[in-house]
Amino acid sequence: MEISNIKQEINITEALMTRINELISHYPADKKKSALLPVLHEVQDAHHNWLSVELQQKVAEILEILPIEVYEVVTFYTMFNTKPVAKYMFEFCRTSCCATRGVEDLMDYACSKLGVKEGEITSDGLFQVVGVECLGACGYAPMLQLGDFYHEKLSKESFDTLIEDCKAEKITLHDK
Amino acid sequence: MGKKILLDKINIPGIKTYEVYRENGGYKSVEKALTMQPDDITEEVKASGLRGRGGAGFPMGMKWSFIDKKSGKPRHLVCNADESEPGTFKDRYLMEHIPHLLIEGMITSSFALGANLSYIYIRGEYMWIYKILEKAIKEAYASGWLGKNIKGSGYDLDLYVHVGAGAYICGEETALIESLEGKRGNPRIKPPFPAISGLWANPTVVNNVESIAAVPWIVMNSGAEYAKIGLERSTGTKLISASGHIKNPGVYEIEMGITVEEFMNSDEYCGGMMDDRPLKALVPGGSSVPILPAHLIYKTAAGTDRLMTYESLSDGGFVSGSMLGSGGFIVYNDTTCIVRNTWNFSRFYHHESCGQCTPCREGTGWLEKILWRIENGQGREEDIDLLWNIQSKIEGNTICPLGDAASWPVAAAIRHFREEFDYHVRFPEKIKDRNHFVNEPFSKVQHLISKQTV
Repeated sequence: MEISNIKQEINITEALMTRINELISHYPADKKKSALLPVLHEVQDAHHNWLSVELQQKVAEILEILPIEVYEVVTFYTMFNTKPVAKYMFEFCRTSCCATRGVEDLMDYACSKLGVKEGEITSDGLFQVVGVECLGACGYAPMLQLGDFYHEKLSKESFDTLIEDCKAEKITLHDK
Repeated sequence: MGKKILLDKINIPGIKTYEVYRENGGYKSVEKALTMQPDDITEEVKASGLRGRGGAGFPMGMKWSFIDKKSGKPRHLVCNADESEPGTFKDRYLMEHIPHLLIEGMITSSFALGANLSYIYIRGEYMWIYKILEKAIKEAYASGWLGKNIKGSGYDLDLYVHVGAGAYICGEETALIESLEGKRGNPRIKPPFPAISGLWANPTVVNNVESIAAVPWIVMNSGAEYAKIGLERSTGTKLISASGHIKNPGVYEIEMGITVEEFMNSDEYCGGMMDDRPLKALVPGGSSVPILPAHLIYKTAAGTDRLMTYESLSDGGFVSGSMLGSGGFIVYNDTTCIVRNTWNFSRFYHHESCGQCTPCREGTGWLEKILWRIENGQGREEDIDLLWNIQSKIEGNTICPLGDAASWPVAAAIRHFREEFDYHVRFPEKIKDRNHFVNEPFSKVQHLISKQTV
C-alpha cells in the first residue's frame, strides 16, 4: 500500500475533547504539558493510529505548547506512529525470551501467510507485521500486541485464528 | 509453601474489585497509617529492610528519609510501573490481578512522605492495565480513600495514572520524571537527586510497584515482622518472573533464601526444564545482569548452594556471580545460541538507548553490529576482543545505568562462553541456519573448537 502523501483528516470530537480535558485535569493547572503522552495516545487512537504533522500541531495548540515540543516527543517514543499503519498491526515481541520460544519462526510464518515483508502493509491496508522490543510478557511467549491488547502463547494455529477474527471484525483494538 | 504477603489473596474470586478487596482486609493499612506519625511509617519501612524491587535493591526506607521535607515545596510519590526489563513481567501481574493493593500502598506511602499529589507511571504497552488502574482509582475516590480530607483525617491526596509510550529508558527514575513532565525520556544528571528536585523541581520519591505493594503489610504487621521473612539482608518476599525453557513459566512470590535449585525444579515454581533438556545458562535478574553458565547456577564458585537472595546471586562478583536485579529469571537450555541471545540483548539496548551519551548511543550500535556479523558467519577473530573493548568503554561512562546494562550481558557472555564465539568465527558454514544449536547443540560440536588452535 502506498503510504506517502496521505492527508490525515483531523477530527477532534466532543467525546475526545472531554477525555483530553479530563487528562489535563490530572496535572497542576500550570503543568498542562505533562498531559502530552496520555493525550497523544488518545488522539492517535482516534485517528487511525498515527499522528501527522498537522495533527501534532493541533495537539500543541490544545496543550498550549510549541509544535516542536510535540514533534520531539512523538519521534522519541516508539508507540507513536508518524506514518499511516495497517488497521491491524501485529507487533511481535522479538526480545530474548520470546525469541527463545520461537517468535522468529512465527514472524516468518506471519509474513509469508500475509505475503509481506516485516514492516510492510498488505495491499488492502488491513495487516502489518512488526518486530518490537520486550513487551513484558516473557512467561507467555511467543506473543504479540494488537491495539491495546496482548495475544499470548501463540502458535501458527492461534495466529491463523486471530487473522480470521480480524477479518470478521471480531477484534476490539481499543477499550474506550 | 513459602510465605506470601503480596499474592496471598490473588486467588480470591473478584479480588480485582473494590468490594471484594475491602471485604478481605483491603485499605486497613490506610486506616492505621492515618493514626500514625508519617515519620514513624518511614521508620517501620526502614526497619523492614525492604530493598527497592525495581532492580537496584536500594533500601526503600532510606530513600524515603532523603525526601526534602524542610523546603516546604509540594512533595510527590511516583510509582514506577514502567516495567520493561526483558525477562520481567511481575508488576504487570500484580496490577492486573490485584490493582487495589498498589493503590492502597500508594496512599499509605504518600501519607508517610507527606505527598498530596502522586502518580503511577505505567508503560504504554500495558494499556489495558492502565484502564484497570484508572477504574480502581475511581472506586477508591468514590469510597473516600482518595481526595480531600481522607476519612476525616485532614489528609488530602490526589492519585492519577500516567501512561508512557514505549521507551525502556523511562524506567530510569529521572527519565521517568522527564517523561511525566511531557518530555523525551532523557535521564538527568544527578545530583540533584529527585528527593530534592524531582517532578516539576519538587521533592519526589520514585518507587517500584512491588516495593509500594509491600508497604501495607509492613504498616499492618511492623517492619520488624517483615524483617523476619527472608534471609539476612534479603528480607521479605520477592516476585520472580520466570520465563524461557522451563515447564511452568509465570510469576511466583518466593520467600527470599530458597535455593535456586528448588526454585528451578520444584513443582511449586518452575517445575524443571521444558522437555527435560539440559540447563545451559541462566539470567537471574533481567537482561542487564550477567548470564551464568550451568556450573555456576546451583552452586557458587566457592561450592556453597546458590540462593535466591541479593547476596548469594552476586556471590563471586562479576567473575562468577550475577545479580537478583528485577527478578527476571530467564532459563536457557542447550538449544540456545549464546551469541544470538547476546546479539538479541544488544539490539534491545541499542534500540532503547536515549542517545544522550556518546559511549552508549554509539557503543550499543557497535555491539549490535559486531554481534550480528559474528552470529551471521561474518565474524573475525579480533571481533571478540573488540566487543570486550567496546563494552568496557561504555560501562561507567554514561549519565544513567543503561550503558552498564548494555555492557554487562556482553562481558558475561564472553567471559563464560568465549568458546561459542570462537566457534561462530571459525565455522561460519555451521551456523548458517539461525536454529543452529536447535539442530545440533553446542555441546555436540564443542570438541571441534578445543582441538583447533589459532
